[in-house]
Formats: sequence, C-alpha cells, structure tokens
Amino acid sequence: MKSLKRYLDRVKPNFEPGGKLQSLQSVYDGFETFLFTPNTTSRPGAVNVHDALDSKRIMIIVVLALMPCLLFGMYNTGYQNWLAAGATEFPFWQLMAYGFLAVIPRILVAYVVGLGIEFAVAQWRHEEIQEGFLVTGILIPLICPVETPLWMLAVATAFSVIFVKEVFGGTGYNVFNVALVTRAFLFFAYPAQMSGDKVFVSTDSILGLGHDLPDSFTGATPLGQIASFAGDKLELLNLRGDVISTWDAFLGLIPGSFGETSTLCILIGAVILLATGIASWRIMLSVIAGGLIMGWIANVFETPTYPASFLSPVDQLLFGGFAFAAVFMATDPVTAARTGVGKYVYGLLVGVMAVLIRTYNNGYPEGAMLAVLLANALAPLIDYCVVQANVSRRRKRLRERAGA
Amino acid sequence: MRRTINLKKGLNLRMTGGVDTPSEVSQVLPGSVAIVPDDFPGFRPKLDVAEGDSVCIGSPLMHDKEHPEIRLVSPVAGTVSHIVRGARRKIERVEITPTADGAGKSMKTPVSSSREAIVNALAASGLWAMMRQRPYDIVPDTAVSPRDIFVTALDTAPLAADLELGVKDKINELKAGVKALASLTSGHIYIGIGAGSALPDIDGAEMVEFNRLHPAGNAGVQAANIAPVNKGEIIWVLDIVTLCKIGHLMLNGEYDPKVYVAVTGSEVKTPCIISTIAGAHLSDILTGNVDNDGRTHRIISGNVLTGIPVGADGYLRYPYRQVTVIPEGDDADEFMGWASLSPSKMSESRSFLGKLLGRRFNPDARLNGGRRAMIMSGIYDDYLPMDILPEYLIKAILAKDIDNMEALGIYEIAPEDIALAEYADPSKLELQRIVRQGLDYMRSEV
Repeated sequence: MKSLKRYLDRVKPNFEPGGKLQSLQSVYDGFETFLFTPNTTSRPGAVNVHDALDSKRIMIIVVLALMPCLLFGMYNTGYQNWLAAGATEFPFWQLMAYGFLAVIPRILVAYVVGLGIEFAVAQWRHEEIQEGFLVTGILIPLICPVETPLWMLAVATAFSVIFVKEVFGGTGYNVFNVALVTRAFLFFAYPAQMSGDKVFVSTDSILGLGHDLPDSFTGATPLGQIASFAGDKLELLNLRGDVISTWDAFLGLIPGSFGETSTLCILIGAVILLATGIASWRIMLSVIAGGLIMGWIANVFETPTYPASFLSPVDQLLFGGFAFAAVFMATDPVTAARTGVGKYVYGLLVGVMAVLIRTYNNGYPEGAMLAVLLANALAPLIDYCVVQANVSRRRKRLRERAGA
Repeated sequence: MRRTINLKKGLNLRMTGGVDTPSEVSQVLPGSVAIVPDDFPGFRPKLDVAEGDSVCIGSPLMHDKEHPEIRLVSPVAGTVSHIVRGARRKIERVEITPTADGAGKSMKTPVSSSREAIVNALAASGLWAMMRQRPYDIVPDTAVSPRDIFVTALDTAPLAADLELGVKDKINELKAGVKALASLTSGHIYIGIGAGSALPDIDGAEMVEFNRLHPAGNAGVQAANIAPVNKGEIIWVLDIVTLCKIGHLMLNGEYDPKVYVAVTGSEVKTPCIISTIAGAHLSDILTGNVDNDGRTHRIISGNVLTGIPVGADGYLRYPYRQVTVIPEGDDADEFMGWASLSPSKMSESRSFLGKLLGRRFNPDARLNGGRRAMIMSGIYDDYLPMDILPEYLIKAILAKDIDNMEALGIYEIAPEDIALAEYADPSKLELQRIVRQGLDYMRSEV
C-alpha cells in the first residue's frame, strides 16, 4: 500500500493545474480519494470529529445490496434461455456463465457512458467526482430487459445522466431517479423494441453457450400475459407452458427485467439496506402497504375488463418490478420525500399508483416505474405540506403569545 | 415536584479520555492569559488598555463600540504584554502576564439592588458578555428586558466534566445570582439541571430536569423545550458557573476569574480537572500531560464538537470549561477507508462494527470523506431535539431566504445546537458555520 501511495503522490503533480494531464484532475482525485481516505481535517469553527460514514460507503453498501439480484439475474437469464429451448437439465455454471456474458456488456456500457459524462462534468465544474453513479450504473442493467440493444442503452443512459442529473447540479440535486428515467426513456422512445414479448428472454447463444431460439419465439412476462389476457380464468404460463406457481414468482424463475424477478434476492438486499440503516424503512414499509391495499381493492372488485384484478394482493408484490421498486427505487434518498411523515405518504403513493396503473391501464403492463417517477415529481409537494405544518405550528405559537 | 423533560433525540459520543469526578483538584497558575473578543459574538471591541499597562483583576481591557458599558475585563493582576492584531487591525486577543506571585487586588464594583445598578455592575465586570441572547446567539443588549432567562447547570458535551462541580457548595452565590437576574426580567428564570442532580431548589427560579443526552445541556435546547423563542421575543441564556460568578459579584463586589477546566481526550495521559484562571495559556495546563507518541495532536479549547483547535500555543477560550486533545490524523494514509470493517471507527451508522460493539473510540480530526450535496435525508433530525426541520432551515440559510429562515425557526437556534448533526452528516457540510452565517445575515438585514 505504501508503494501505491508513493506512486500516487509522485504522479500527482501531472494532474494539478499547470501539469500536462491537468484536464484529468477530477479523474485523478476520484481515484486517489477512492484508494486512500483523504486526510483532510476539519477547519476551525467546524466540529473537530466526524462520523466515519461518508457517501462512498453509503453508495457501496447499496451496490452490495444489489449483488444478490445481479447474481440471480445471471442465473435466471440462462435458465429462461434453456427453458425456452425445451431443455430438461439446467447446468448451474453454464447458466451462470451465459447470464454473465449476457449482462456484462450492459453493465460496461452503462458505467462507461455514465461515468464518462460524470468525469467530464466534474472536470468542467472543477468539482470532486461524486459517487451517485456507482449505484445508478448497476441499477440500469438490472431494470432493463436483457435483450435491450446496447446502443439504445447508451443513448438512454447519456440522456438521463445529462438531462435528469447534471443539468440540475449533479448528485443530490436531481428531481427524478436517474436509473428509472433511463428505463422510461427506453420505454417511450423505442416502444416497438422495448415492449412486447421478445426483449425479456435472451434468444441467442453467446460464445457457444446457450441456445439459439427460432425467430418466431415469443416469451411474455407474467404481467405481459395478463395485459393481453381475455377470458375468465387467469392462468400464467412459463416459457415451457407450465403454470407459474407463487413459489416460482417468489424465487424469480420467470421472464422479466434482468434483476427484478427474484423477490427473494430483493428481500436479501432489503435486509442489508435496513440492517445498515442506509435505506428508509418508512418508505419500504409504506410502499408495500400501499401495494397490498390497492391490490386488495382491485382484487375485491375483480373484473375481466381488467385482468390484473384477478391477481391476489401478494401476487401483485411478486410479479414485475414492484418489489425492486419498493426496496431500491422508491428509497433513493435524493428523489424521495425527505421529511419523516412525508416518507409515509410518498411510499403509500408509490405502492397504490404502481398497482393502480398496472391493473387499470392495460397499455402499461408494469406500473412500478411510472409510479415511482410520479411520486418523485410529487415528493417536493408532499414535503412542502409537512414543512408548512411545522411553520404554521410556529406561527400559531406566536399568535397565542400575542393573545395571552 | 420538579418538571422533567426527557429528550429522545441526541447522542452521547462514546470517546476515550473522559474524566471521573476527582477527589482533589490541582491549581494551575498560568504564566500568561489572553482574552479573545471573537469568543463573544456581537461584541465589537475597542481597546481600553495599551501594551505595558498594568491591570488588576476586573480592570477593563476592551469595551463594546455601541454599548460602551459592556466590557471584557482582565482575569489577573499583571501587565498587558501583547495586543495581537489580525488583518485590517482586527483585535485578535489581549495577552496579559500576571504578577509573579499570582496574587493581586481585585477591582471592587459597588452594587446596589436597582436594575440599573445591577446592569452596570454586570456589564462592567465582564460577566454581561458571558451571557447570550436568543435570537442570534450574541451578547445581550443592556437596554432590553428579556422574556425569560435560561440557566443551564448541565454540560452534556463529549467528555465534559460535571458543570455543577464548582458551584454546588456555593448556594448563597447562586441565590444572589438568581436574585440579581430576577430584577432584569419580568418573566421566569429557569435552571436546567441533569436528571438526579442534588442541586437544591433556589427561590425565584424554576428547576427543570433534563436527561443527560447531548445536546440537552445546551441552554438554547432547554429553552426550546420549555418555552421556545418566538419572533420578536428575546431570551437570555447562560450557564450556572456564570450565574455563580454573578452571585459572587453581588455579594462581594468583585469578579471571580477562577474556573474549573476538564483536561480530556484520548491523547491526554491522565485526564483530570484543574482549577485555573479564565483565558489561561494551554501550555501551563497541559505540561507533561500530553502523550508523546509521535502523532500530531489537535489541541482543542473546548469540546470536540464546538471547541476551537488552538494548538499547544493557544489559550483557554470562552466558555473556559474544557480542553480536549485528540490525534489530528493528517499523518494517516488509510487505504480504502470507506470500505473499512475495523471496529475502531467511530460512527453512528450500523454499517460499522464499532457501533454494534458499543465500545469507546479515539477518533481523529479527519473529515472521513469528501464534501457533498445533502444526499441522505432525516439524519440531522435525529440529533436536534427542537421542533425544527434542520434540513429545510439549512437550505433556507444557504439560499439567504429571510422569510423562510424566520418561518423555519432560525430565531430559536444557535450554532452549538446543530453541532451533533454536523458530526453525523455523511455529506460533511459545515452546519455550524452555515447557521452562524445565517444568524449574522439575519441580524444585518432585519
């Protein structure tokens, strides 16, 4: 470590103003502070000791919490390919390798495009590189269908990093969740490619692994099947034509966006986030409560006009991106409500809207993305109401004093 | 029955280097003392002495430009050795060398019981400047009568000693102090004491018990939970040591410059309590008691949250209660510190092992991270036991939005109240400085 530190100190002058690599100063700073905790100490007039928690650690813990979803996503991508090809044996390591090869280009594209923009903007503003994109960059491949073309992913990532985050001032100032806007951009800009039955299952072999499926192959997600369902007895089928059990949906062995299918792995992530206190339990709890309440209402008034109303409230939580949104998307501290009471309202809104949209609008088989974005837009309003309550309490106190 | 208020929000930092209540207190006579006008916000100094002048205990050193009756006085008898000036001839401090035997006569201030006489005596004795006014956390105006006066008898700051230590056997002084303060306000006098305090009731004051969870010891926090300041109102706050000195002034007509100081921190060999003079030079207090372990030390006059790093060559600064020595930490090159699993990291986050083990820590002065925008929400709220939404108040201050600052409670707060939130903030924002700037801005605009 000593020699690494010495090396960093030796090359540092090159990156300082006047050095030949000064245009990479932010990048250098980013790496240096990543490798060695800066030994900057507090100034007079500030507190003399600081808590050891910093934003690097916060972001890395979120990334860690996403790892179970990522690993399961790899397995499931392979599993769905094997299943669609009619295989009866599912060799674990081959499935994992196939899924790994399917996802790694997407992770790389998201990070290269996003971090590239972050580095450039940080240098342009002469600021330190901020860590927010560490999380966003892993979220993007997890919430996109596995067959999303790479160039679309690159365009969508660039759009949302620039227009959702950087124009507002960077990490901490954005109104909307950057990863979700990437997903929404794909959804609305390329509807022909991004919806329908083709993108959710990987249909080609990669480097000799996996199976090439015929062009005519279609593999609808459970929510996709529901949206196009007509009849009175709802039965969701997997790629082989078997009925999907609640247990399958909980484990996540169903077609869907890469990292969103496994409620089990999302729960592991939730445990990590809640145990470390990084994510707000208030938001998670109220999103789930909102989803259950709205799911129950929809289920009580079930009707063939809206086939998703046949789902039980628990199924509403297990299918699609609901659980993932509750644990990782709605809890983004920057775009969520910031006040204590506001968090409950915000969470309920996300939960209710997610199920409301997916049930009563057949055009959008999945409502979680839109629900979180809507709640992002309303979060400042929710907080405003809570803040005004505090303000009027203070005003009332003043009036009472004046009256007394 | 005493009223008891249990505050839920707050934190007692678990640090090593604390001090037990001592059986004996050693005396330290400093070789030099200094009075720093910056310790008295709102006080605009004008000198009353020149270098070489001889002074006695209680002689005026400086007075306020706008209220010349408010003075800062010499805590010792001796000679003014230096008047240190900074940029634009700003008076940084007045240094005094005490006479060799440390003895010296005190200036006598005759005191009668009229309000005017008490105000003049307090202002002339330098004790007036040791009180603070809310709003703005400044030295109070002599022409104003406050709504209430809040006295704290509790110091909950990290490693702080018992604030009642020097006053509990001086009940007569406390009574006289309360009597003097009672003539300055038509409202109440509240004394905030720690749960289980043995301090007897004092006529004319209401005793309110607080649980010993920092920042419950801050007089401003106590005021916010007893009777918060409203727009247009003024309250005064002080600590019980100052109250005792006010009583001493009333009874004996002289300023008592003696103070008890807790010498604390992980880099102090034997944490102890000493008796010395306000403004004493720290080298006299710390001689031979700082670890010689080759590390750079941060010598703080005060506690780790609100204290000022003054270095070994510094002086004891107001409120003259505590000296803390911790490692500076600028010599540490920690590889990927953000990923640390070490149980010796001090943090309130459950992502660190130390939090779970419940041990004591010896933190250094590093920021432990880079400055960021406000990312996490709700962290400040956990450390401010007042009916204030700190994130929104801080944002209003940064935006210089006077209407919102007022609406969100800036009149109720002082920088020291937000210090714990600043400690815990993962974005490492300087909240105390922001609040101080907000208060100064409000005062200049309103």
